Amino acid sequence: MLIFKVGTLAKELLVHRNTVTNWIRNGKLKALPAPAKRYSVTKNEFIRFCKKEHISADAMERVLNKGAEPARGRNKSGEDILIPGADEIIGAVMVVGGGISGIQAAMDLADSGYYVYIVEKTAGIGGTMAQLDKTFPTNDCASCIILPKLVECGRHPNIEILTLARVENVQGSAGRFSIRVKKEPRYIDTDKCIACGICAEKCPIKVRDPFNFNISKKKAVYIRYGQSVPLKYAIEPEACIYFTQGKCRACEKFCPTGAVNFSQTGETVTLNVGAVILAPGFKPFDPSKYDFFGYPMIRDVVTSLEYERILSVSGPTGGALLRPSDHTEPRRIAWLQCVGSRNHNNCGNSYCSSVCCMSAVKQSMTSHEHIKGRDLERTIFFIDLRSHGKESERYFERAKQENIRFVRALPHTLEPGSDGTGVRMRYMSEQGRMLVEAFDMAVLSIGFEAPEDVLVLARQFGIELDTHHFAKTSCFEPVESSREGVYVIGAFQSPKAIPRSIVQASAAAASASKLLMEKIGTLVKTRQYPEERDCLKEPVSVGVFVCSCGVNIAGTVDVDQVVEYAAQLPYVSYVENNLFSCSADAQESIVEKIHEFQLNRIVIAACTPRTHEHMFQETLKSARLNGFMVEMANIRNQNSWVHQKDSASATRKAKDQVRMAVAKVAHNYPLQQERIKVVQKALVVGGGIVGMKSALTLSGLGVDTLLMEKSGILGGNALKLETCFKGDAVAPLLESLISRVNQDKRIMVYKNTSLEFVSGSVGNFKGVLNSSGKKEEIHFGAAIMATGAKEAVPDEYLYGQDKRVMTQLEFDTAVLYRPEETAKVSSIVFIQCVGSREPKRPYCSRICCVHSVKAAISLKKIRPAINVTILYRDMRTYGEWEAYYKIARDLGVMFIRYEADEKPVVKKKTGCLEINAVDPIVRRPVRIGADFLVLASGVIAHDNKHLADLFKFAVNPDGFFNGAHPKLKPVDLSVAGLFLAGICNYPKPLDESIEQARAAAYKVVLLLSQDEIRSEAIKSFVTENCDGCALCIDVCPFNALSMEGKRTGAKNSPARSGSRIVTDPALCQGCGLCAATCPKEGILVHGFTMKQLMAQVRAAINECVPEKRDLMRKEGDTRGDVDDPSL
Amino acid sequence: MTHRFEPVIIGFLCNWCSYTGADLAGVSRLQYPPSLRPIRVMCTGMVHPDLVMAAFSGGADGVLVLGCHPGACHYIEGNIKASARADVISVILRDIGIDPGRFEIKWISSAEASVFARFITDFTKRIIKLGPQQVKPGKGLIQGRTDI
Repeated sequence: MLIFKVGTLAKELLVHRNTVTNWIRNGKLKALPAPAKRYSVTKNEFIRFCKKEHISADAMERVLNKGAEPARGRNKSGEDILIPGADEIIGAVMVVGGGISGIQAAMDLADSGYYVYIVEKTAGIGGTMAQLDKTFPTNDCASCIILPKLVECGRHPNIEILTLARVENVQGSAGRFSIRVKKEPRYIDTDKCIACGICAEKCPIKVRDPFNFNISKKKAVYIRYGQSVPLKYAIEPEACIYFTQGKCRACEKFCPTGAVNFSQTGETVTLNVGAVILAPGFKPFDPSKYDFFGYPMIRDVVTSLEYERILSVSGPTGGALLRPSDHTEPRRIAWLQCVGSRNHNNCGNSYCSSVCCMSAVKQSMTSHEHIKGRDLERTIFFIDLRSHGKESERYFERAKQENIRFVRALPHTLEPGSDGTGVRMRYMSEQGRMLVEAFDMAVLSIGFEAPEDVLVLARQFGIELDTHHFAKTSCFEPVESSREGVYVIGAFQSPKAIPRSIVQASAAAASASKLLMEKIGTLVKTRQYPEERDCLKEPVSVGVFVCSCGVNIAGTVDVDQVVEYAAQLPYVSYVENNLFSCSADAQESIVEKIHEFQLNRIVIAACTPRTHEHMFQETLKSARLNGFMVEMANIRNQNSWVHQKDSASATRKAKDQVRMAVAKVAHNYPLQQERIKVVQKALVVGGGIVGMKSALTLSGLGVDTLLMEKSGILGGNALKLETCFKGDAVAPLLESLISRVNQDKRIMVYKNTSLEFVSGSVGNFKGVLNSSGKKEEIHFGAAIMATGAKEAVPDEYLYGQDKRVMTQLEFDTAVLYRPEETAKVSSIVFIQCVGSREPKRPYCSRICCVHSVKAAISLKKIRPAINVTILYRDMRTYGEWEAYYKIARDLGVMFIRYEADEKPVVKKKTGCLEINAVDPIVRRPVRIGADFLVLASGVIAHDNKHLADLFKFAVNPDGFFNGAHPKLKPVDLSVAGLFLAGICNYPKPLDESIEQARAAAYKVVLLLSQDEIRSEAIKSFVTENCDGCALCIDVCPFNALSMEGKRTGAKNSPARSGSRIVTDPALCQGCGLCAATCPKEGILVHGFTMKQLMAQVRAAINECVPEKRDLMRKEGDTRGDVDDPSL
Repeated sequence: MTHRFEPVIIGFLCNWCSYTGADLAGVSRLQYPPSLRPIRVMCTGMVHPDLVMAAFSGGADGVLVLGCHPGACHYIEGNIKASARADVISVILRDIGIDPGRFEIKWISSAEASVFARFITDFTKRIIKLGPQQVKPGKGLIQGRTDI
């Protein structure tokens, strides 16, 4: 940071002071006012400015060097000089907006050593995702996947959540912002509130509930939703009759803890942070702007978000699908797409909101689950169905198979049904006939708009917005706002779904982290757990917590019966049922009950331990128990969800599962995690733009990186790209990336290199590189897969038989960017979806529509007389790229749709190609002559089998890498320590790939910035039964076992003292091959001892066949001094 | 009054493939009979033959060991070792008079939710056909260890 006075800088640069003033005024030098008539500018910005304005390198160096002197304020001559502000950088970050992207950014930064403030304007974090019922394309329950994150965020020692808060004023500059935040009074003392809900029960006032999009009522004293974080009530003063009429105070009277405080006043705090991440989300479009949708006059017309609440089990109908007018189950539902998107006549929202198509498909598919056993007719009215995301096209196909009707039309003039319920709508069929159809209910798929207070926010932070008031960013720096130190993510950057918001959050965290790197760890607290209770000496006391998971479990399994049953099981001293065992209030309850009933072992009967066990372990730790004293009974994924039709048997099975878990947990004993030294080096596989961006982000954050490229040059697919989607030239970026990579001392580039062998695990991988025959052993702690993908080679439309038929990339290089070629052409035809969205390649390549439309625009701009025709199936110019579609139509590009079963036919004619298609609107064949035919052949994955086998991660049937979780872990691979970025994951444009590169790099930094990581506790250990027979040594796949001492004693003596096996915990992976081989329980695996597994086996059967119980052999065990807990 | 025979099948599911696949079957709402009592293990190679024998001697109607496909084991070759043990277990089962059809080792990956649901359905049908497992006390029952 340089701080200067205008006059001083003018002298140094040998210009007049007015020149400097003008530079600042017209924005050439992006300097910001600083106190005492000074200005501040970052070094990078200053260097950029000097280069652009051709200021001599000497002068620039002089200024920079002076700036680098220690801060004194005055030079010898007594004049102000440039004061470096570097040592004032603050190691804290503010995140504005507590939705899923804000939470992710906050957690990433807090984990890496920055203190984070989340400024949330409502009473609790969670944002829109917490309001959703399910998420596509897995139909995962949204609250199930966000709740653990909310809980973790809420209890993170380095995250401070400010609710009911708004930014008032912003001062300072990158690295050193001073932000004033106004906190509205809650009128509830959060320290005292126990969220018992008595206040809301006693409150006489009902008001609209914004969490349920006003379709239901809440009390004037409220929590945002049942699993809200922080779980504390708040009073809405506009509604409360004490505030409006001066009497009542019922809540105060009944509050058992005296938490209500009517005299609370608002509070203004000034927070000093180094960087700001803006994640204010979006505003749902308000369809009442249009009179023809009849919203909200027709009661059975609802918005998609309202519908989401109707479906949600925590919503106003408790998950029953009931229409608002008469509370009956609808039989026919219509979805209307593009309400408030792709519309510049009525609302000016000419962009596509990019998620509504998939959201409508999701709603139509999941609606079925809410109506038991009866038919539901579902119709989706759409313009173009945009299932352009990963696994989305398959999802769409599945919907078609489920008999969901897709109608290409935009209904208008919605009228109430004849008896005042339902809705009638008119639409024009594709054949041009006007039809009237009646439905029981209509759902308007509303689009995203920029958040309400966006203009204020933009002014406060001094950032630029685009025409639709979304934040302005560039293709190559997709999360950087126009102001340094301010980053924009999530739907505020442009409308987008959850996974990309998450990626952007991590990418922004990477950028903020780079800015504040020198102050890492200065303001953070480490998480302290209370000292563990020594519970081995206590009698076994099990607490069982049975989750209803909304209706996910309780809808099939009779939870009350399970609770009653569990209470009778031996060792169980406490049983509780929770609506959501993963919610913040349930965690508090677990901790409370552990203390109250002196529980020392916990069983959670809920979902799968794979996603939730870690969270419950943390809860146990905060309750002075070892994390490994918990077992989960998976009564959701492996019970209620798969036995939906057989409630009685499912309940019986749930009881068995709980009994098995109780039996096992009785044998659990505290485990300690081994610490593993981390190799602080990363491997990046793939030297394209994504690989290079990852490597540079890594090196910028201080991680040594090996960059491996299979070909002889860096650059990958970008070498063939002229511009990115936003129109910036790719070549200069590529050049600068390559030169930066080559000069970077932290990056080792290996060209013509392949990976031959990999071993080890997170924090400590070993590999063998083969660089054109030369082998080299490498060590690394984590790796990023950025292997890219390639353009498919078409096998139809005369491709390969006529050289005028080309793929998109071929056309770009051969014709589009060569004026001598474009001068000759008069007609160009593009065919979209060549080989894509067909049974053999059932996915959409996401980028081809925009690519073709952009090429078409370029052609029209070169010469309007060129006839450009695009033959398409659905135009998928999603998000902001919709603008190109409009420009192309305005410029006269012809768009003709074709059906998959009626593909265009290409013929060779003298002088030109002849393309025959059928225009679906006029139902007439069309014949187009073309100089060139461009085939949008899409993207196919490289053959990644070798890599996937080496590292043992999962690829999807199309060969693309799968994230560990499609929504919340988009850049993590299923193997710990491995990450992915770019189009090896799924086809995507450059900006999205760069976001992933940054995000993946940051995940690696999070991992490698630690000196040591906690290893798995699940390792083998040798018991005193071991007599050194060494059978296990041979089977160990990791060479973790060895013999200690010499063999003595007779061959068959039971104790061959002195010879025993020893386990090397660094090498042991806990597979248990040794334990299953050992004939005498001489070696076992923590968490899976014979005693534990045997207890589970016994518990599983002995209830069913009790007379056989006594026949079972009783075992002694060497670990855990639990008295015999055979059930 | 006759009772419908509802078999009890003990399944040892490997954490990385089959348990994940079973979870995915849940997410995809693929329905299968409620006969399986899943036990999560880190690897099929961890399943001691004693556990399988104990399940049978306790009266389980069927036992499954489900893991990753060969070559996809998280621990390189745990599933191969498990497969070798399974061969021996089958032989012993035949020797002591338990139909080896009641025991199976099968590879189901984390993505093969539909395979999982179908397999559990088929295996349950097979067990129902075989009827309840009759344990003959003192005869076929294993009292000692099976050192394999």
